Amino acid sequence: MNILRKKSTANLPFSETVIELFIRLCGFSCIIFVFGIFFFVFREGAGFLFNGLDIGQFLTSPEWYPTSLNNKRYGTFALILGTFSVTALAMCMAVPFGLGAAIFVSEFCSPKLRETFKIVIELLAAIPSVVWGFIGLTLMNQLIIQVFNAPIGLTMLNGSIMLALMSVPIIVSIAEDALKAVPDSYREAAEALGATRWQVVYRVLLPAAKNGLLAAVLLGAARSIGETMAVLMATGHSVNIPSGPLSWIRTLTATIAAELGEVARGDEHYQVLFIIGILLFTITFVVNLIADLVIKGIRQE
Amino acid sequence: MGNKIEISGLEVHYGGKPALNRVSFDVHENEILGIIGPAQSGKTTLLKVINRTLEFVPEATLNGTVKLDGVDISTVSDVYGLRRRIGMVLPLPVGLPLSIYDNVAFAPRAAGIRSKSQLDELVERCLQQAALWDEVEDRLDTLGTKLSGGQQQRLTIARALSHEPEVLCLDEFSIAIDPVTTMRIEEVLKTLRKEMTILLVTNLVQQAKRLATRTAFFLNGDLIEIDSTDVIFSDTPTQQATYDYVNGTFG
Ligand SMILES: Nc1ncnc2c1ncn2[C@@H]1O[C@H](COP(=O)(O)OP(=O)(O)O)[C@@H](O)[C@H]1O
Ligand SMILES: [Mg+2]
Repeated sequence: MNILRKKSTANLPFSETVIELFIRLCGFSCIIFVFGIFFFVFREGAGFLFNGLDIGQFLTSPEWYPTSLNNKRYGTFALILGTFSVTALAMCMAVPFGLGAAIFVSEFCSPKLRETFKIVIELLAAIPSVVWGFIGLTLMNQLIIQVFNAPIGLTMLNGSIMLALMSVPIIVSIAEDALKAVPDSYREAAEALGATRWQVVYRVLLPAAKNGLLAAVLLGAARSIGETMAVLMATGHSVNIPSGPLSWIRTLTATIAAELGEVARGDEHYQVLFIIGILLFTITFVVNLIADLVIKGIRQE
Repeated sequence: MGNKIEISGLEVHYGGKPALNRVSFDVHENEILGIIGPAQSGKTTLLKVINRTLEFVPEATLNGTVKLDGVDISTVSDVYGLRRRIGMVLPLPVGLPLSIYDNVAFAPRAAGIRSKSQLDELVERCLQQAALWDEVEDRLDTLGTKLSGGQQQRLTIARALSHEPEVLCLDEFSIAIDPVTTMRIEEVLKTLRKEMTILLVTNLVQQAKRLATRTAFFLNGDLIEIDSTDVIFSDTPTQQATYDYVNGTFG
């Protein structure tokens, strides 16, 4: 294998060597960028993280008073809960809806309708998140006030509806790809065994495509966790331990976005915002790791 | 001997392009009917008509009638039940991405059988019939797709037998498997014909000669000739094209 490879590089014409070098550079630069970003975020927060910050309090206290004059407190518990609860609620809506839509588009609809659907889904994916935030702030706000008779509609529910609408296109397109990748011979074989179309879906296609479907769900969730603008505008943006879908909340991302412009570079508050960045990094890293492990587990099975 | 299948005036077009031209013939009960012919001559299409999976090809149109036990299959309302009266083995072995057990139990479950003991018994019987049981009995819960090609093809035969079909259709089953497995499956077919009618589409003319009671020769969507295998493989079949194809001097 190695010998073959060396031999083939030696025989490559010059232009191909250049192209190969360029592609290698692109690949390595990805890694460099990721580490570079992590390094930058870490450096900005490191001073206070190792010297002064009470990490226990940072993770478990709901008291977020970064600007208090005599008693600054940096507890992100409410923010963490805010991020997770709004994402969880969003996924409760987006996963069934997104997977259902993907199954419909890939298995049950006519080719013509499928094209229309794909265009609509791409359009939906292209809407900037600030527009979703705006819709949450106006339309959905009114709707929630009227439907639930709530005093204010800028709530976790509002934010998660916006997040669901934003992650559905991701879930649909990745899940649809996964279903389309299942060989037609599986469908034919199952149909020849007298399976109904629905039996083909849940007995054959879903098991065959489960890795891709799981990836779709996780990427949808990752999109939700990282989303900033829409949740900033739609959830009320107030530090609060949520007690239900109609509580207002604040998320980790929205806190960084809203406060980073207000702080002096290098002071404690500034550094804490970067530590929140490290926390977000860690969360997404753990989500990805879990995804990898789950997928590996499925493969071995 | 009665007729199991009666086909008359069967025409199939894909988007206007003909694939079968006014084909008429009967399949006798408990015979092995060999179906030979070069690629693109409509053999697979014929099998898809018989188990009504041609309906999944949107651009296909069909004329003529196919009767199973004297009943026009297009009038059967339970199409899923109809498909289970016909076992289908496809050219490339398709182990569904399920365990060996679940592969074989797929059709019985789709038909509503739930009892564990009934399924156990059925799975064992079908794997026995397909000459695969001895090789897999201790690992029924591994993925069917992990088996070798020859084993997978026997798995698909076990699966096709699982719904106790009256007609077994095999579409070039030996195209992707080794000669030894091919021989084993041929032995299996010889026993099975006592219980069912077999349509054997084959790319190997010698296979038809070995197994078939009668043989039909298709060419470009036309049924050129159907007769007892002895006649088709003799020096004097009715059609010159048959002689040429069978003796490899075709084209
Ligand atoms: N799904 C399809 N769509 C369009 N044309 C098809 C389709 N399946 C088969 N055909 C055409 O019908 C003819 C017969 O094909 P087929 O029944 O597969 O022949 P065989 O099995 O003898 O090789 C060929 O010309 C083939 O191109
Ligand atoms: Mg064919």
